[in-house]
Amino acid sequence: MKNVKKLWIALGALVLLTPLGLLASGTAWGEWGSDELSTMLGYVPAGMARFSELWHAPLPDYTIPGLGDTPGYVLSAVVGIALIALVTYGLGKLLASGER
Amino acid sequence: MHIPDGYLSPETCGVMYAASAPFWYMAVKKVKRTLTSRTVPLLSIFSAFSFTVMMFNAPVPGGTTAHAVGGTLMAIVLGPWAATIGVSIALLIQALFFGDGGILAFGANVFNMAIVLPFVGYWVYRMISRGAGEGSRRQWIAAAIGGYVGINAAALAAAIELGLQPILFHTANGTPLYCPYSLSKAVPAMMLAHLTVAGFAEAVVTGGVVAFLQKTMPYVLRIRGGKEVSA
Repeated sequence: MKNVKKLWIALGALVLLTPLGLLASGTAWGEWGSDELSTMLGYVPAGMARFSELWHAPLPDYTIPGLGDTPGYVLSAVVGIALIALVTYGLGKLLASGER
Repeated sequence: MHIPDGYLSPETCGVMYAASAPFWYMAVKKVKRTLTSRTVPLLSIFSAFSFTVMMFNAPVPGGTTAHAVGGTLMAIVLGPWAATIGVSIALLIQALFFGDGGILAFGANVFNMAIVLPFVGYWVYRMISRGAGEGSRRQWIAAAIGGYVGINAAALAAAIELGLQPILFHTANGTPLYCPYSLSKAVPAMMLAHLTVAGFAEAVVTGGVVAFLQKTMPYVLRIRGGKEVSA
């Protein structure tokens, strides 16, 4: 591919704009946490209480411990993109290994 | 549209993993044939683009939010099977590291956003752009409409999975065990968010990037060599 660099630059610009995604208040429909749901319903469904805390993500909701919301969001994007690049690179190597 | 853990019963989660598995299998098989070391960087960048686009939460009337996914775009550039892999990777990173979407619900989220979305979106794109010239207006309009329809199909799938929960899984006295909102609530709420907001965001992202590629890097749109990769 001749020039993918241009696309990485565009992506970098987009990363700097991600804090715009923080402006919308509220949670996506059906993604409320147990506390939010408990306020809305007056109870937390039993099965949900059992499974919702199954996994504790290191950077929950794109926050970085010790950083404010905005820098944390931007840095989360950088971390996420780096991880994706790593995984796709590894998978790509694996899958394209049979390349003629 | 990232279903968290606790909203779907473990049984539903199992069914959704089982539904996604054959698509992963086929996707790996297909992509192994078509992916070259030259297209790997594009899988990287479009998967990363999808991840980033999903961070742009837009407000939806009624106090919730929604976002674009970028899955149809990936299907147009790299094919729907590669899009299944690319979006799945973005969803995996979101679930594991950022708690966006559940671990048990990962199969369901893949089914909606990495399978239904790119395949439906791509199919619509092919239907509308068939015979359209390279760099034509019809090509990017087809991409925009494909994006709009694809994300709405995915939202409908998610709404059905969520809305079935209180009907299928409740205590003896009828109290829901998982998602408490049935189809009559889930479908209108999810469709409102995606027909009015996220669908247009996806249309702008898909049509906009395709138009950008037509103008500045047309060779990216030629990667698949006009080759038909049947869904």
